Amino acid sequence: MIEIKDLHKSYRMGSNSLHVLKGINFSVEDGELVAIMGSSGSGKSTLLNILGMLDVADSGSYHLDGVPIKDLSETKAAQYRNKFLGFIFQSFNLINYKNAIENVALPLYYQRIGRKERQEKALKYLERVGLKQWATHLPSELSGGQKQRVAIARAMAAEPKVLLADEPTGALDSTTSYEVMDLIQKINDEGNTILVVTHEEDIAHMCKRIVHLKDGVIVEDKMVEQVRAAQYVQ
Amino acid sequence: MFDIERWQEIFDTLRKNKLRSFLTGISVASGIFILVILLGFGQGMRNGIEQEFKQDAATSIWVWPGTTSKEYKGLNPGRRIQLTNENYDNAVALYSSELEYSSPRIFVRNVTVNYGKESLVYGIQGVSSNFQMIENAKMIEGRFINPQDESSTAKVAVIGKKIRTDVFMDVDSPVGEFIEISGIPFKIIGVYKEYEDREEERIYIPIAAAQKVFNGGDMVNNMSFTLPPKENFDEAVKQAIDFKEGLKGYLQQVHTVAPDDTSALDVWSAMEEAKRYYGLTNNIKIFFWVVGVFTIIAGVVGVSNIMLIVVKERTKEIGIRKALGAKPWSIIGMILHEAIFVTAISGFGGLIFSMAILEIVGPHIEIDYVLNPSVNFNVAFSTVIVLIVAGTIAGFFPAWKAARVQTIEALRNE
Repeated sequence: MIEIKDLHKSYRMGSNSLHVLKGINFSVEDGELVAIMGSSGSGKSTLLNILGMLDVADSGSYHLDGVPIKDLSETKAAQYRNKFLGFIFQSFNLINYKNAIENVALPLYYQRIGRKERQEKALKYLERVGLKQWATHLPSELSGGQKQRVAIARAMAAEPKVLLADEPTGALDSTTSYEVMDLIQKINDEGNTILVVTHEEDIAHMCKRIVHLKDGVIVEDKMVEQVRAAQYVQ
Repeated sequence: MFDIERWQEIFDTLRKNKLRSFLTGISVASGIFILVILLGFGQGMRNGIEQEFKQDAATSIWVWPGTTSKEYKGLNPGRRIQLTNENYDNAVALYSSELEYSSPRIFVRNVTVNYGKESLVYGIQGVSSNFQMIENAKMIEGRFINPQDESSTAKVAVIGKKIRTDVFMDVDSPVGEFIEISGIPFKIIGVYKEYEDREEERIYIPIAAAQKVFNGGDMVNNMSFTLPPKENFDEAVKQAIDFKEGLKGYLQQVHTVAPDDTSALDVWSAMEEAKRYYGLTNNIKIFFWVVGVFTIIAGVVGVSNIMLIVVKERTKEIGIRKALGAKPWSIIGMILHEAIFVTAISGFGGLIFSMAILEIVGPHIEIDYVLNPSVNFNVAFSTVIVLIVAGTIAGFFPAWKAARVQTIEALRNE
């Protein structure tokens, strides 16, 4: 599903150059649930942004579902993001003047799906994250966990090949974090490929594979026994 | 542009950002409103000044004799110039092809006027039938003096509206009543209206009667002429000046007056006077246009500013939309579509509102030199279009910039 080879990325900070990714080789199969771990500055978010086509690598190759991702125009990148990827952010990134169902329906708008079908699909995904009765509420009327679940529903709505979650539990307390992880696990159980960036050990162990990043290189890549989040959720 | 989904998205956004939409709209609407009102008043002042000159026919020329101030051909200064019927008849004969209307006039002095037992103190003037046109007097009852009255030396009189309200308040109509001038009965045949009260305090009688009955002989106190109106203002002024100079030359010759003696004969041309005021109103018009254009520029700057802030404020939202798959052009399109929609609606709103005010209030405005302020619809319409185009261009650059920002940068924006 994801195939990257010798990926490099540096940021220019005035006259200095900061080498963030120093040759990453890494692949993800269909249906995997991968945690990308590392301390801050290890390059894990940069890696995820490049995978999400939100940022571009300096060198190296990246194939997503067999499609080479290189020198994309903004328009093409937008198309691929819409078709292949769903994003879950630490700060939710919901549009604050749109209610839950409108937020979930937004990626479908960019797929040029009709209004009625958008509404139906959005409601379906809201129901799957257990927020059907909150459909007409604005983000400001929802709790953090609810907001993240709306964001997950939004990421799912476009039916992407890969879900990319950047610290999905970073802004949540532990109980809510487990609820969110439980949801992510259930989505993965249905066969979706998910990448989760986190720096929390317990969250990482709820995935099936942990990739450790340190100073821009992968130092460890191991399969783990998945801890089910459901046991922590009442 | 006719993408229904896009429209729904725009309406959603506008509905849910009421304050922002409202403020953008208000700034555009007020710009247009101020411009239209300014232009309206500019036109109003023009109308008002033109009105002041409509008291008498615009092309009228008046001859007032005076006293010579210069020695000329052996004649002493201080000589009174007295116009005669002959002067008038010759002038009319000389310029018959150029004139529209003409009338001599004589002021009847030292006579008593009575209506029944009441003594009246109004000036009496002997004039010809054409004097009505020269003075621009409107008949509100009866008729003016006609050529027949002149040839038959009829003892008839035409009175001003003010005399009618002051003296004849007890009768249904003064027409048919008699006044006595020096004991001689004159029948009232009409009432006229003027732009100024002062000019409604006159009693006009046929000049023939005035000369014969009140021992005027062939004396004329004053002559007045009008020239046919011309389409082109400058041509009209030239015509008036040519006629004025010719007439003056003739009269100076007949009365042996030095050509540079200004006090002996005063020939006054309304057109020439008007030219100065038309110049003034043109300046006023230019002034209002300049103010208006600056108002529009201020409006454009205002709209641009708001667009800039709107785009800045929405940077994060743009990032989210891009992450969800919005293409750069769809972002630009969305922002511009919204901007055009808001400026168009509020621009036309301001236009309609201000034009309605001018329509309703304009005709009731009674200030000196301001009359019926109004504005050319096409001019106002074009201004709205200019503002919309300017707003679009102003909105395009920040929108374009926003759409090009790296998605990740936009998402980090708080």
